[in-house]
Amino acid sequence: MILVDKNTRVLVQGITGREGSFHTKRMLNYGTRILAGVTPGKAGSTVHGVPVYDSVVDALKEHPEINASIAFVPARFMADAAYEAIDSGIRLLVVITEHIPVHEAMKFIGYGRLRGTVIVGPNTPGVISPGECKLGIMPETVFKPGRIGVVSRSGTLTYEIAMAMSKAGYGQSTCIGIGGDPVTGLDFIDVVRMLEEDDGTDAIVVIGEIGGDAEERLAEYLSKGRHKPVVAYIAGRTAPPGKRMGHAGAIISMGVGTAESKIEAFRRVGVPVAETPSQVPSLLERVLSGG
Amino acid sequence: MKLYEYEAKQVFKRYGIAVPEGRIAESPEEARAAALEIGLPVALKSQVLVAGRGKAGGILFADTAEDAYEIGTQLLGSTIKGLRVEKVLVEEKLRVERELYLAIVVDRAERCATILYSPVGGIDIEELARKMPGKISKVKVNPLVGLQPYHLRQLTARSELEGENRKMLADIVSRMYRIFVDYDCMLVESNPLALTDKGLVALDSRMIVDDNALYRHPEFTGRVVQGGFSYVELEGDIAVIGNGAGLTMATMDLIAHYGGRPACFLDIGGGAKAETVRDALRLASSRPGVKTVFMNILGGITRCDEVAKGIVSALDAVGGKPMVVRLAGTNEEEGLEILREAGISAYREMDPAAREAVKLAGR
Repeated sequence: MILVDKNTRVLVQGITGREGSFHTKRMLNYGTRILAGVTPGKAGSTVHGVPVYDSVVDALKEHPEINASIAFVPARFMADAAYEAIDSGIRLLVVITEHIPVHEAMKFIGYGRLRGTVIVGPNTPGVISPGECKLGIMPETVFKPGRIGVVSRSGTLTYEIAMAMSKAGYGQSTCIGIGGDPVTGLDFIDVVRMLEEDDGTDAIVVIGEIGGDAEERLAEYLSKGRHKPVVAYIAGRTAPPGKRMGHAGAIISMGVGTAESKIEAFRRVGVPVAETPSQVPSLLERVLSGG
Repeated sequence: MKLYEYEAKQVFKRYGIAVPEGRIAESPEEARAAALEIGLPVALKSQVLVAGRGKAGGILFADTAEDAYEIGTQLLGSTIKGLRVEKVLVEEKLRVERELYLAIVVDRAERCATILYSPVGGIDIEELARKMPGKISKVKVNPLVGLQPYHLRQLTARSELEGENRKMLADIVSRMYRIFVDYDCMLVESNPLALTDKGLVALDSRMIVDDNALYRHPEFTGRVVQGGFSYVELEGDIAVIGNGAGLTMATMDLIAHYGGRPACFLDIGGGAKAETVRDALRLASSRPGVKTVFMNILGGITRCDEVAKGIVSALDAVGGKPMVVRLAGTNEEEGLEILREAGISAYREMDPAAREAVKLAGR
């Protein structure tokens, strides 16, 4: 598994908000070790037994073993919260928040890369290593421990495919939502690289969608050298150009980002692309048996 | 959000980038008056948010005031690529020596701003990239650093312009970069940026403002359509409603995979309440030509019982059109029970549900 496991010690930024509080409880129930939360002005209170601090620095003073943060901070305040986490030395920051202006995201993501903070998201369901740690908002029941890595740009579609995989006996090492925004901290190549270095991962499922060229760039990366087996699914074959399909990043713009281009790029490098989400397990069976 | 050409030009002008002298006309009379005020000949440009309007006949030229009136009559109220022309931009017609391309875009792959320039302009950047990829220069600008003089030196060195024109280009790029940042743009473009007898002039201009930053630009708020969900209309007859953008797109694709045609994309988002579901069903089923409604819900933060309540409350609005429901995930049993009591059957998996929806629409 990658990014999160039993040793992950978590800070929740924006813990007192509706979403922050709700998902803190669900993550705790899953077994995620949440040590502290931050909401400016709410120091001294607790949320589901988790102590709340005014700042990330204050939280780290009391809980130096914290090594990851998950943020449920409203979009207008998210850049501030990200800089605070990065400057405090947090190594992994998961940004659940949607609707962050892209100019702000570019800056805090760029800053995080300079300072060595891995940022997942924005607009992501988060990261889960089934049975070990959930740092996100996904419904945990659809995931089962196993040896397939999953990387995706979407939420519910990932749950759909993970459910089909779990049912067919393909549990997951780690599932990562890179986020549905145009600019994200991790892209497909970053995550596939990590999964390829992970001894607990045998094969990788890539769930892409229209917009941008992250899938094409991944295909280009896979065309060079030896790689673990990869299976893909692309959403949006029937999406019209120029229309934003829900996600801020899901738009065919200036001729870039069509499903055909992505499917063709994967096929050219021998990555099978499922026609429907339910076909993913049978494609996994094929690539794992060497077919 | 896309700005109209005339809106983008107002911004350009405010930032000191030369644009042709122009007036907006909403009637043939206004078009004639504008032409006389500006001085003939003039260009009349349909204001529609779609690329390729020139080829579609949306840009015409007038040599006399009466021509301008006639063309105004012809363009106003017509449709270009399905969009109605409400306004025409009447502009002075400049003598163009040369057309260039200049844009600044959010570069998704590099997570930065990228300036795109070509000494060949006036055609689509897609077409340009296909035909003359060597003619496009790219300069990346790290947003933490901002635009530096070296970026401009790099760009102008490959501009195929000399002397004053080169300086003018650098000046326009700096001003455009300020627009890009100040307006939270996904794209600022001038195509063509033209070398004229009056120097470098932005003959056309385009701006796309980041929807997520509109709260910082109150001047545009009147144009934003608010709602709890995102909705895109399509050509087919099966209305597709789902939760989550990826799943809803996958649902459309699945409908097509089984031979059906999606009529819309409607994503109710995460954690939707019964009222949202009801409004979504009403919107989707009211679209002319819709024969079947297909609702595909996999509850995560969305609860199936809330969705089921919404479906039941919208039954009259669906108006007897066949509806196929797939309901699974959080509070699945409660949701299915609510539907059962209302006499609605539901699927737990999306494949058989999609096949059923296609079958029903085919009748």
